[in-house]
Amino acid sequence: MPANKQFATFFLNGLFFGVEVLKVQEVIRYQEMTRVPIAPAMIEGLINLRGQIIMAIDLRRRLEMPVRAEGQLPMNVVVRTDDGAVSLLVDEIGDVVEIEEDTYERLPETISGVARELIRGVYKLKERLLLILDTEKTVSLPAALTKGA
Amino acid sequence: MDEITKEFLVESYENIDRLDRDLVALEKDPHAKDTLASIFRTIHTLKGTSGFLGFGKLEAVAHVGENLLSKLRDGVLTVNPEITSALLATVDAVRWMLGQIEGTGSPGEKDFPELIELLTRLNDGKCVEPSAAAPAALPSATVAIQPAQTVIAPVPAISSPPPAEFEPVVVAAPASAPAPTPVPVAAPAAAMTSVPPPHPEPAPASGESTESRGSAVSDSSIRVDVGLLDKLMNLVGELVLARNQVLQFTSQSADSAFLATSQRLNLITTELQGSVMKTRMQPIGNVWGKLPRVVRDLAAACGKEVRIEMEGKETELDKTIIEAIKDPLTHIVRNSVDHGIERPETRLERKKPAEGCLKMRAYHEGGQVNIEITDDGGGIDLERVKQKAVQKGLITTEQATRMSEHEALHLIFLPGFSTAEKITNVSGRGVGMDVVKTNIEKIGGTVDLQSRPGEGTTLKIKIPLTLAIIPALVITSGGDRFAIPQVNLLELVRLESEQARKQIEFIHGAPVYRLRGQLLPLVHLNRELKFASATAAASASDVEAVNIVVVQADGHPFGLVVDKINDTEEIVVKPLGKQLKGVTSFAGATIMGDGRVALILDVLGLAQGASVVTTVRDRSLLDAAAQLRKPADTRQALLLFDAGQGSRMAIPLSMVARLEEFALTSVEHAGAQEVVRYRGQILPLIRIAKHVPAVSAAADARPEMMQVVVYSEEGRSVGLVVGRICDIVQEVITVKRHAHGNGIYGSVVIQDKVTDLLDVQAVIRAADPSFYPSKPAVLLAA
Repeated sequence: MPANKQFATFFLNGLFFGVEVLKVQEVIRYQEMTRVPIAPAMIEGLINLRGQIIMAIDLRRRLEMPVRAEGQLPMNVVVRTDDGAVSLLVDEIGDVVEIEEDTYERLPETISGVARELIRGVYKLKERLLLILDTEKTVSLPAALTKGA
Repeated sequence: MDEITKEFLVESYENIDRLDRDLVALEKDPHAKDTLASIFRTIHTLKGTSGFLGFGKLEAVAHVGENLLSKLRDGVLTVNPEITSALLATVDAVRWMLGQIEGTGSPGEKDFPELIELLTRLNDGKCVEPSAAAPAALPSATVAIQPAQTVIAPVPAISSPPPAEFEPVVVAAPASAPAPTPVPVAAPAAAMTSVPPPHPEPAPASGESTESRGSAVSDSSIRVDVGLLDKLMNLVGELVLARNQVLQFTSQSADSAFLATSQRLNLITTELQGSVMKTRMQPIGNVWGKLPRVVRDLAAACGKEVRIEMEGKETELDKTIIEAIKDPLTHIVRNSVDHGIERPETRLERKKPAEGCLKMRAYHEGGQVNIEITDDGGGIDLERVKQKAVQKGLITTEQATRMSEHEALHLIFLPGFSTAEKITNVSGRGVGMDVVKTNIEKIGGTVDLQSRPGEGTTLKIKIPLTLAIIPALVITSGGDRFAIPQVNLLELVRLESEQARKQIEFIHGAPVYRLRGQLLPLVHLNRELKFASATAAASASDVEAVNIVVVQADGHPFGLVVDKINDTEEIVVKPLGKQLKGVTSFAGATIMGDGRVALILDVLGLAQGASVVTTVRDRSLLDAAAQLRKPADTRQALLLFDAGQGSRMAIPLSMVARLEEFALTSVEHAGAQEVVRYRGQILPLIRIAKHVPAVSAAADARPEMMQVVVYSEEGRSVGLVVGRICDIVQEVITVKRHAHGNGIYGSVVIQDKVTDLLDVQAVIRAADPSFYPSKPAVLLAA
């Protein structure tokens, strides 16, 4: 079934996102983390994942969305990247969905900014749209940010 | 058997096993270019290495195989079962020889001539038989001769006994090239089929025993991916933390079974940690290995004769450290050969052997590894070093003349320094020893230099065994814990609120603290890390005690003001992701005993962030200059005190016997003289305020207690009552002004403030003329 792909899904600011299921190492509930002072704000902190230190990136900040409401604990979607595992903080976890390739469409031109950069495309599901996140791009922060700080 | 041979055997056995597989695969798919290329490379490597190690016969066999393979690779020949068998037979022969090498340790044993002879016969067979057998029917026949040809040429040469291992090959190559015509009709097919038959005889015969031995070597060591070792290391680190947590519980438990188990866990974990650490260790010889070549080439280029001696090659170091010292070591060695060791004629003039000697020595000492690089060259010409430094504007002439030997030696570590007269490809670019020093300091090491003119130079490097686990000080700032590597740490200073308010001064808003007379710039960690509470904390510091962690970055000490100092701990350093590369304030992260992550501060990055070392180089030079200037003068320890009414005065510390504090109630009177009983004697007290006109004789600030400086001379003592003892400073004093006669010897500038120097004798004489019975006043030595 090469035509069908599986995606791990999650919610972020009301939007429905997905990343390829093979890229996801695990999903864990909110973890205590150590903040990293003077780092870009989107770096939420460092988590100890069974002895491995993993950086958590707040996807809301990364995608320049409004900050999560006070008291709302994010979930960790730990993804594998070329540079080791990185945790993406999301609002809520969805199911793993299997999608037919023919519902895919490229991102409409009207979407600009960070979203354009990080969202690879859209799958038109029956009830909603699934936005596919490019994990590699998401975890490599803009050069300007990593330098300045 | 030496290390290299062993490695060669292990590697070769691996390669040969692969050859077997590859050859069979090749037979199935003769056009698999990749497989063929791989086989060729393997045989080529084998040939090269065995030649390098002096196993001439092995090399010859490999050479034969290689020639055939190169034809196959170039497509001149195609693989057929005969060729494959021949190659497999070659592999068997190689394996057999490896067994011999492993067993006997050298290729000169009796079995070798037989084998070579066998191969020779085999090769002879190639050209002898075909003449009878095959008329060259195939069009490819003529070309096929070439490999056969090369085979023939070298082998007889080689079979003539050992020493000349290299010659045959050299001879063989040209011989084969022009050869094709002479024996034109050697049919390839026949030649090849003739290869295997003679073979089976020797190979299986001895093969069994050697094969089993071969596996002994390769079984005793395996290649492991470094990534896997790192992972093991991580896991062990975690285990150590878990063990620590378990051990914490033991203190609350009385269950003897639990105690015994945790004790066992403790021991095993410690041992495991040690063993895993060991897997990352490599002998320093691995880095040294290439140095003889470097020295040889360089010596030749410089027209020098240099011999290199190594001691302690087996000293083990963590892999990461080995990597880190590779370049610095090479640089030092190059320097020694280029600058240190003289030309042969000069050496002979100096009554030294023409051949210079470079000695490398490595040994463990106190948990560190010491590496010494000694040459018996001309030593460092201090005058020339100084001259060059002045010429390059690194120091002033004045500084140069005042410099001590040790300081002058260390000039070579200044950036931009080089004594080379002209820039060569070897050295003289002025990028050198400073980089060496920085690189070694980066891994927590130190470099020291000793040089005796005419006798040589010794460079001593001290480096830690490992970087993976380091001792660190854990502190708290802004509610989070941070680790400061112990190597950066100088000392800890705690100022209570009162002291803090007084002793932290500000220069244009920048806080500084006087640490034993030296200005220590202070950096508030909270502010550096931009914690929201930074300003609040700063004002709060007026109330609470201030903790200063004195650290050193690139030779600059500075004080890091932190909220709390916790403890020292061994931490496992883990790198941060690339996303945090730009944040220079952190060197990595670690997991603390409670499982939470703590960041490791990068003191240098922090210092740069806080502009402690912004103009790094300039500042360091200025400071170095300042440092250098001081010792040249006579520094004097001075006791600073407040004589009352805030007038600062000083007396040489050498004149102070003790500092005492007396309650006013203990003061008695002997005539008009105030006295106290002190150590069984009567100590007359002199109120400085009364005898020094410059100080207005006002009421003492603290009437209930008196600060007294006890001055002794020839068994008699007198107590000088001062307002408050301030500090003891090391200063170079130059008396600025003589104010005769009123108890003040002169004025000096101490810590940028004008301070009066008390003329102790004059004051005592004025107060108690009988104190100096006959002696004339001794002038205060300045």
